[in-house]
Amino acid sequence: MYFLRRLVMLVPLLLVISFLAFVLVRVAPGGPFDRERQPASPEIKRQIEARYHLNEPIWKQYLRYLGDLAHGDFGPSLKYRSQNVNDIIAQALPVSVLLGMMAFGFAMGVGIPIGYLTAVRRGRWEDHAGSFFAILMVCIPGFVVAPVLIILFAIQWRLLPVALWASPWHTILPVTALGLYFSGRIARLMREGMLNTMQAEYITTARAKGLGENAVLLKHAFRLAVLPVVSYSGPLLADLLTGSFVIETIFQIPGLGPFIVNGSLNRDYTMVVGLVVLYAALLVVLNLIVDFAYTLLDPRVKYE
Amino acid sequence: MKRATPVPTERRKANGGRQWARVGSFTFSFFILHFAFVFSGCARREPSADVVIINGTEPESLDPHIITGVAEMRITKALFDGLTKLDPTNAASVPALAERWDISPDEHIYTFHLRTNALWSTGEPITAADVIWSWFRTLDPRTAGDYADKLFWVKGAQAWHEGKNSDKSRVGITALDRHTLRVELKSPIPFFLDLCSLPFLAVVPRQTIERYGDRWLHARPLPVSGAFQLGAWRINDKVRLVRNPRYWDAANTASAIIDVLPVGSPNTALNLYETGVADIVWDKDLVPAELMDVLVTRPDFHTFDYLGTYFYRFNVTRPPFNDARVRRAFALATDKRRLIKKITKGAEKPASHFVPGGVANYEPPEGLSYDPEAARKLLAEAGYSGGKGFPRFAYMFSSAGGGGAKMPGQIGIELQEMWREALGVEVELRQIERKVFFNAQSRLDYDISASSWIGDYNDANTFLDLFTSTSGNNRTGWKNPRYDALIHEANQQTNGKRRVEIFRQAELILIAEEAPVVPIYFYAGFNYFDPKKIGGIWQNVLDEHPMQYIYKVGSSRHEEARSEFGSSQRLSRAAGSATKIHN
Repeated sequence: MYFLRRLVMLVPLLLVISFLAFVLVRVAPGGPFDRERQPASPEIKRQIEARYHLNEPIWKQYLRYLGDLAHGDFGPSLKYRSQNVNDIIAQALPVSVLLGMMAFGFAMGVGIPIGYLTAVRRGRWEDHAGSFFAILMVCIPGFVVAPVLIILFAIQWRLLPVALWASPWHTILPVTALGLYFSGRIARLMREGMLNTMQAEYITTARAKGLGENAVLLKHAFRLAVLPVVSYSGPLLADLLTGSFVIETIFQIPGLGPFIVNGSLNRDYTMVVGLVVLYAALLVVLNLIVDFAYTLLDPRVKYE
Repeated sequence: MKRATPVPTERRKANGGRQWARVGSFTFSFFILHFAFVFSGCARREPSADVVIINGTEPESLDPHIITGVAEMRITKALFDGLTKLDPTNAASVPALAERWDISPDEHIYTFHLRTNALWSTGEPITAADVIWSWFRTLDPRTAGDYADKLFWVKGAQAWHEGKNSDKSRVGITALDRHTLRVELKSPIPFFLDLCSLPFLAVVPRQTIERYGDRWLHARPLPVSGAFQLGAWRINDKVRLVRNPRYWDAANTASAIIDVLPVGSPNTALNLYETGVADIVWDKDLVPAELMDVLVTRPDFHTFDYLGTYFYRFNVTRPPFNDARVRRAFALATDKRRLIKKITKGAEKPASHFVPGGVANYEPPEGLSYDPEAARKLLAEAGYSGGKGFPRFAYMFSSAGGGGAKMPGQIGIELQEMWREALGVEVELRQIERKVFFNAQSRLDYDISASSWIGDYNDANTFLDLFTSTSGNNRTGWKNPRYDALIHEANQQTNGKRRVEIFRQAELILIAEEAPVVPIYFYAGFNYFDPKKIGGIWQNVLDEHPMQYIYKVGSSRHEEARSEFGSSQRLSRAAGSATKIHN
């Protein structure tokens, strides 16, 4: 019931978000057809505004947009005039999802074990090495990591492709560059969670009952310790799945990331609103999944 | 995992190893999953391309009639032919869909004879009716192509465009028969054949467009009139061009497949080139500015004169720049050599005139040169001796993307210093987002604005008509009836010498007398490719490198083509026989 209610709530939420995005992007100075070169005649400007209904009052434009949206139509792109926003999402989203899922897997696959180990081996060399790695990854942004990886692996040693998205080998560098930062954050969250739970009374109880250390840590402590990571993974996934501007630009990956940033720079109204709605919907749904995962992991959590 | 007995401390250590193994296998399984995921997902089977070109950012469209960018034009020219095309060696117009043409003695009437063997890639013949439909499409304001005015030289075309006359028969474009087209111009311009090679005048498939509307480029098969068909167009991934076997000149198409990669980052472009993924990089925005001084010395880095001018505009509607003496003082205080030496570091040339030197049918006059002494005198005459009392003003530039992204700012800083030294005035630098910048520029909401202009065709008119009072690209507020009259008069001339003289008079008003704009430098074109590996590219002022002639040395397809094609000699001969030589 609770989850159903949340899903229903999604509709008004998306309405508010799309309205804000719709108005804000139009209020910003400059328009999609402001260029270095003026159109051949004022008539062309009039025609183009009429074609995209930019000459109508904003509320009318918005209602028209909602009507199209209800049919799953995000409208034509104002910059890429031979494409619809749907075309662009259909081609770019799968790429970003693939890249994002892999980076997510990478971040989890590297972050959770490191966080776990540094907590269990607190104060020993594993802890110092792991924590140092985590801090380092959090501190170095992707636009530094990516070129360093490219210089070493693609240019110096010629082991991996330098850019593009054509084979599994092409995915290794961008996934690593994108995932490293998040693996650092996850490692830190995991360590924190683990340290907190290890001091919890029920763990002492479990130990007192004579459970093996592995059973205590993996079966009892881990389940609760991983909760901060789980709550972080909702927004993280939404972020990763909609693409990364920096990584996708550096590696020339045909994902959604550049469209989000360039769309607003280009005042590509339909593109910006469409991608904001997509991102918001994804965020809400993923947070819902996170909440659901809570009920599985933490027996104390129940939703009415 | 339940254990009945407590674990002694010694055993815990042993379990440490198992813990490692567990963590290891957890990590390992993630990577296995990755690869399973990846292998299933994105392995594509495609033949590899003969030539891979890095061309600039993702094309806004491939519709030749609505595009505005150079990167888009390069691709659409491979897909859609016009009546003429440009010779790859010297960018002169040579026959394309039109096999030959006659020009009336008063140079107002062109009669084009279309090739009878010209076919759409889907097999139907290309006729005069196709040309007429295509040209009216470009002219139609509903097509909303920014370059519709390129056809305004045709008699009656502008009136039709503006809706003052809806009768197509009053526009000077008529089919005399299936393969003969008569075009009547309103002025005897010497560059009409060059206009015919522009994408906006290319021939596009009527039926497909009428059927699919805005989405006609998604139709398959897509009928094209050019040397290549659209093999694939994946957004931000690649445009694949596949040789069109039905093209009238298919025998001279040197490559079977050309991949055009959209790349926005200059560093990525260079990386792809250096690792051999791409064969050619040819956009001036795709040269990493930091590496310019190193790159220019390399044998595979080619620079050439290019029809483009970097300059700044004054807003002449705002004091103090409504005073021509002030504007001239600023022009005299601008050390262009210093800007090139310190900032652009490439092969750009300092500009004292607005029209680049390499332009056809023209010899630009010398304008104001660097003379801080004279500048100070002029400023004093205008009432600002030593810069005293000079109002606050701003130099506006945009934060454009691409390799030269930082350049407008760096030039601004340098100008700030120059003007402070020479004139004693203080300019505020104002960087604005690109769209806001162009909006402010066209609304005349600035004092001084960084600007650039790239010629559309090889004639002084494409530069000089910018600053007539009716031009939408004027953007200075400067209106000068004498200038307007001269530009108009020049385009009525059939005598080439006289035309040059009139244009020179007009340009002198623009750059020396009135100075609503101050030219800084003429652009240099750049591209990088290894001439030992890539053939079929020649350097010319229009940066025109038709893809039809580009090939990889030693590839089989090219050897086959070469036996029938004696490089560009045949083309040049064709050009000589068909183009009417002016003066």
